[in-house]
Amino acid sequence: MSTPGTDAKSAIEAVWRIEAARVIAGVARLVGDVGLAEELAQDALVAALEQWPAEGVPRNPGAWLMTTAKRRGIDTIRRQQVLHKHLPALAGEERLDDPALEAVLEQEPIEDDLLRLIFTACHPVLKPEARTALTLRLLGGLSTDEIARAFLVPDATMGQRISRAKKALTDAKVPFELPTGAARSERLASVLEVIYLIFNEGYSATAGDDWMRPALCGEAMRLGRVLAGLMPAEAEVHGLVALLEIQASRAAARTGPGGEPIMLLDQDRRRWDRLLVTRGLKALERAEELGGGTYTLQAAIAACHARARTAEETDWSEIARRYAQLSALAPSPIVELNRAVAVSMADGPAAGLTVLEPLLRDKALRGYHLLPSVRADFLFRLGRLPEARAEFERAASMTRNERERTLLRARAEACG
Amino acid sequence: MRYMMMHKLDDSNPALWQPTPAFIERFGKYMDEVSKAGVLLAAEGLLPSSAGAATISKRDGETTVVDGPFAEAKEVIGGFGIVQVRDQAEAVEWARRFADLFDHDIEIEVRRVSEYEG
Repeated sequence: MSTPGTDAKSAIEAVWRIEAARVIAGVARLVGDVGLAEELAQDALVAALEQWPAEGVPRNPGAWLMTTAKRRGIDTIRRQQVLHKHLPALAGEERLDDPALEAVLEQEPIEDDLLRLIFTACHPVLKPEARTALTLRLLGGLSTDEIARAFLVPDATMGQRISRAKKALTDAKVPFELPTGAARSERLASVLEVIYLIFNEGYSATAGDDWMRPALCGEAMRLGRVLAGLMPAEAEVHGLVALLEIQASRAAARTGPGGEPIMLLDQDRRRWDRLLVTRGLKALERAEELGGGTYTLQAAIAACHARARTAEETDWSEIARRYAQLSALAPSPIVELNRAVAVSMADGPAAGLTVLEPLLRDKALRGYHLLPSVRADFLFRLGRLPEARAEFERAASMTRNERERTLLRARAEACG
Repeated sequence: MRYMMMHKLDDSNPALWQPTPAFIERFGKYMDEVSKAGVLLAAEGLLPSSAGAATISKRDGETTVVDGPFAEAKEVIGGFGIVQVRDQAEAVEWARRFADLFDHDIEIEVRRVSEYEG
């Protein structure tokens, strides 16, 4: 049983996780620096933990946190103004007079602040690992310790990564603004990439991992939905949400009782989460109406599997068509490899081999075991057994995954 | 993790099932908030049993179907929402905010939804 004290604490922390991003965003608009805004918001949380257990949770706890954090922000600005009083005002540096500062407290939180916060946390001046950590910290309200556990790094390392990221934003004088014009789509791509990275980190968690790792999938989906609410006209935001919901719907089916991976076509589809599939298909519909993109196409491919009640019912021609569109939009040998598999399922292994042909000369795939492995499967299905055997053996010698190597060797043996 | 929030209403009091414009306004804001927070997965409102209800029971191998339950001055589920949250405290906080929308007494049950844990 938990004591009343820890109950009150967990209730306050729940409020904090719900409100943190908006509070940090609102304060960042005031002080112009997300690192400082986060510290001020944390101060407000500390104040809440001190005051609420005794005085009760305020009727509107979000507004309380916002006002408290902003007051501290105003105090900080005033102190800096006093400090710099004797200095000539720097060009472009605004001096907020007292009434202007007080008016800040009355301002309604605006959704653009939250969007500014997302774009700032995912700013390209930061390395991808810094972007993901900062996003989880500022947008997810996660503690440094939770983020460290999720990414399997020591607390101190993660603490440093986050404080360096904040400092990098301050040093680079990254304005707390929404990108416009040509920069906008590039910056949005960075935001979507961060969300997808967070999701994939969680999705790659294995049995026995700290529960914070799979929890990253939930965080990424929540962030995606928040972004979809903030940018409802952006096709690719809905496309990414669709992709995440459909991928996550398979979570229960993708590992066996011993933790061994189960391939998509072998999964028990009754274990797919219908609620997430339905949500994913709906988000996909929205994304396609708005014009789509690469995430949308990946979601459309995932949706082909989600719609098929059995593996045999899969519409492989549609999947092959979608991969062709994806290839045209974002050429990649991996996409072509996937297209070859889809083509082989739709039109037979000979057609698959034709798609594979140009990839055999692609330097990017040299050393990539899935190329000979896929080719071996096509040759096997065509009855060209000696060639199939050689390819399976080549693939087995290239993979670094022990389980996969065993599987490939067994298939080579089966060629006789 | 997922939680289901269910609120209960007196089936025999029609006034409770006819929300006031002020409630509808507050409810709309709440739904907007909970959706934009990215936590709401699904939600439905239910009608009182007079609008259509049946009870199916199996006793000693015998299955019977009766209409109702009709107004017998008992509490029935008025609606539900499924939220994806990080812990129970977060589900409780969303339910607390939901309870705040009502002018009259209300009880909301919050229950964990069975799902695969990775």
